[in-house]
Amino acid sequence: MARAILLRDVRRLDPVAALDDRVDVLLEDGVIRRAGRGAGDSLVGQSGVQVVEGAGRWLLPGFVDLHVHFREPGEEHKEDIASGLRAAVAGGFVAVCAMANTKPVNDVRAITEMMVARGREAALARLHPIGAVTKGLLGQELTEVADLRDAGAVAISDDGRCVTNSLVMRRALEYARTFDVPVIQHAEDHALTEGADMHEGAVSTRLGLRGWPRTAEDIIIARDCILAEAARARYHVAHLSTKGAARLVAEAKGRGIAVTAEVTPHHLLLTDEAIAEGFGYRTACKVNPPLREAEDVAALRRALADGTIDAIATDHAPHHATDKEVEFSAARPGMIGLEICVPLLLDLVRTGELPLMRLVYALTAGPAKVVGIDVPRAIEGARADLVLIEPEATFRIERATLASKSTNTPFLGREVRGAVDATFVGGRLVHVRHGSHGLHGISNS
Amino acid sequence: MATVPGFELPTRPFRHKHLLGIEGLSREDILQLLEAADALAPLTRSERPKEASLRGRTVVNLFFEASTRTRTSFEIAAKRLGSDAVNVSSSGSSVTKGETLIDTVKNLDAMRVDAMVIRHASSGAPHLVARVLDDAGSKCAVINAGDGLHEHPTQALLDARTIREATGRRDDFSGLVVAIAGDVLHSRVARSNAILLSTLGAEVRLCAPATLLPPGVETLKPKDAPGLVRAVQRLEEALDGADVAMMLRVQRERLAGVFLSSTREYSRTFGLSAKRLALAKPGALVLHPGPINRGVELDDGVANGAQSRILDQVENGVAVRMAILHLLAGLRA
Repeated sequence: MARAILLRDVRRLDPVAALDDRVDVLLEDGVIRRAGRGAGDSLVGQSGVQVVEGAGRWLLPGFVDLHVHFREPGEEHKEDIASGLRAAVAGGFVAVCAMANTKPVNDVRAITEMMVARGREAALARLHPIGAVTKGLLGQELTEVADLRDAGAVAISDDGRCVTNSLVMRRALEYARTFDVPVIQHAEDHALTEGADMHEGAVSTRLGLRGWPRTAEDIIIARDCILAEAARARYHVAHLSTKGAARLVAEAKGRGIAVTAEVTPHHLLLTDEAIAEGFGYRTACKVNPPLREAEDVAALRRALADGTIDAIATDHAPHHATDKEVEFSAARPGMIGLEICVPLLLDLVRTGELPLMRLVYALTAGPAKVVGIDVPRAIEGARADLVLIEPEATFRIERATLASKSTNTPFLGREVRGAVDATFVGGRLVHVRHGSHGLHGISNS
Repeated sequence: MATVPGFELPTRPFRHKHLLGIEGLSREDILQLLEAADALAPLTRSERPKEASLRGRTVVNLFFEASTRTRTSFEIAAKRLGSDAVNVSSSGSSVTKGETLIDTVKNLDAMRVDAMVIRHASSGAPHLVARVLDDAGSKCAVINAGDGLHEHPTQALLDARTIREATGRRDDFSGLVVAIAGDVLHSRVARSNAILLSTLGAEVRLCAPATLLPPGVETLKPKDAPGLVRAVQRLEEALDGADVAMMLRVQRERLAGVFLSSTREYSRTFGLSAKRLALAKPGALVLHPGPINRGVELDDGVANGAQSRILDQVENGVAVRMAILHLLAGLRA
C-alpha cells in the first residue's frame, strides 16, 4: 500500500502550462494527486501522509537527458547501467537515453532488450536505449530499426561516429521515417578532423594541438538538413558546438524542416582556453566536439534561450583514469555530466542569461518531445516524475561524492549553488541528497 | 673549481623549476638563460672542458622521438658539466609500448634523477611529466627538448644566442626583423621562436603557404611583449628588409598530398635562393634548425654561403643546454 507524500509550500514550475506558483503537492499512487495553494492543509496529521516542508524549494518536472554513455555492455569499469542511473537521479534526471556505442554496439534487438532489462532492475531513472544507425557504427549497412524500436529504442544514432556517407544518411532518414524514429547525428566530417585534438583556433595554435575546425560540424548539419527536408524525416543534431551550427539549425527550423538540436552544459560554460589552464593540456577538457570559443558559447546560449536549441543533454561520457592520465593526443574524449548539469547551469539563470522556465523546458518537455517519450509534468494527474531543488544550497563538486563510477570532469573542486535535494520516479523517492532537509526517513515503497 | 682560467659559473638561481616552453618566461628569464650561456660558452672551446657543476647529478635524456642533433647536444652539455648523462630512447608511443608515460617517468624518478630532458611526439607530454613529478613531491627538473607541434625552447634560445653573437644586439631585439618561413603549422621551432623573439622586441614574420599556416599566429606574441608576430603569405614579402631568414624544414611526406603539391613547386615558391636572399638586408643571417632538405627549403649555395650561421647554431646549442642544465639541475639545492 503506497503511502502518500505531501510536499508543502514548494515553488512549482511547469513550463508546458507556464505555471510558476507556490503550492502544496500531494503524491499518491505514483501520480500527483493534488496540487494547489493550501491543498495540503487538511491532510497534515492524517495517517499515511508523510509531510515534507518545502519551504520554498523548487518542485520541477523531472529532467530528461537525450545523450548519455553508460558503457554497458563492454566497459563496465567506467560505468554500468545501474551506476549511470544512480548518477542520473542524483542529478534530477528521471529519464535518460543511452547511446549505442557500447561494446558490442547496440545494433541488434538483443542488446536493446538487455539494456532495457538492466534499467528496469535498477529501478531508478527510466532508461531509453538509442539504437545504432548502422551495423557496428561502420557507416555502411542500416540496422533493423523496427526491431530496435519494438525492443524499446527511442531513436537511432551512430554517436561517436558521424554518418558521413550522404547516401547512407539519406537512406537512414528515409528508413527511420518509415517507423517514426528520429535520427540523431554526431555532426563531424571525419575527413576534416583526422588526428584532431581540440578546436582549431588561436589556442590550438599556441598549444601545438591539431585542430578540429568548426566547418567539420557545420558542413554535416547543412547537408543533413537538406537530406532531412527531402526525406521529410525527423532529424536531431547532437551536442551543437559552433555558432554556425546554431545558425544552420535556426534557418532549417525557419524553413519548416523537422530538425531539433541539443547542447551540452560544457559547451555552454567552457571555452578552449580551459584546456590551457595550469600546466595546460587538461585532458578532462578534451571532448568531442571540442570546447570552442567565447563567440560560440555566446551563440549557443542565445540559441538555447530563443528556442533554436530544444534540449540540454549532458553527453555524460565516463572514462577511467587510464584513458585520461595520458598524453593529450592519447586521451579519450568526453566528460561526465549528469550529477552536476543543473547546479552548473543555474549560474546562467542567476546572471539573467537564461530564464529559469526556459532552462526547465530544455531539460524536460524539450528533450522528451525529440524522442517522443512522456513529457514529465508538475500538474495534477501527471505521473509523479519530479525533482526537488534547493536553489540556495552550496556544495563543492568532489570525486568522493559522485555517484558515477568515473570522475572525469574539469569541474572537480568547483563550488556550485543549487542542489538536487530529491528525485521522484513514478512517485517513488529514488534519490535524497545527503544534507537535505526533511527528506530523510521518508519512504513510500 | 674552474678548469678554465678566470672562468666563473653563474650563481643566481633561476626562478622556474622546469623549462617546459618559452611561453611563460619573462624577458628577464630569457636574458638570464642567455647570459648563463655566455658565461659557459668558453667551456665549449676549452681544451679540457669538464666543469663540476653537475658532478653527482644524473641527467636522463628521455627521447620518445628520433633525434640525433638535439640528443647529442644535451648529452655533450651534461657531460661537459660533469654529469652522468643517461640516454633512454624509445620509438613508439607509451601506448604501443604498453607502459604509460607516467609509469616510465615515475620509475625513473624512483632512481633519483635530477633532470629529465624529454622529447616526445605528443604536444604537452613534458607538461604531463612535470605535473606528475610535482604532485609526487619530486625535485626532478623537466626540460622540454621538443614536444609534438608545440615548443622547442632550447632551439629558440640557441637561435637567439646565434642572433646576439652575430648582430651584437645583447638584450634588445627591437627593430630587428626575423622571417621564419616554411611549415609553420607543424613547427615547434616556429612557435618557440615567435614567442621568444617578440618578447625581446623583434618583428617576427611567419611565412607559409595557407595550408601550413595555423590560425591566430599573431597571438603567439605574449600580451606584454614589445615585439610583433604577424602572418605573411609570400616569401618575398617576408624577406623584404629582414635581418634574419630562418628556414624551416618541410617534411618529405608533406611535399605531395593535400598540404603541398610537389617538391618542385615548393622549392620554386618557398625555397630560399640567393636571389630571394638578396631581398633581405645586406648580410642578413640565414638560420635553419636542421636537418636541412638541401634544394628544397634552402638552396645548397645559400646553406653553405657566407651569410649562413647554421653551424654556429649547432655550436651554440651546447652552450645554451649547459646553461639550462646548470641552472635547473646544477644550482638546485
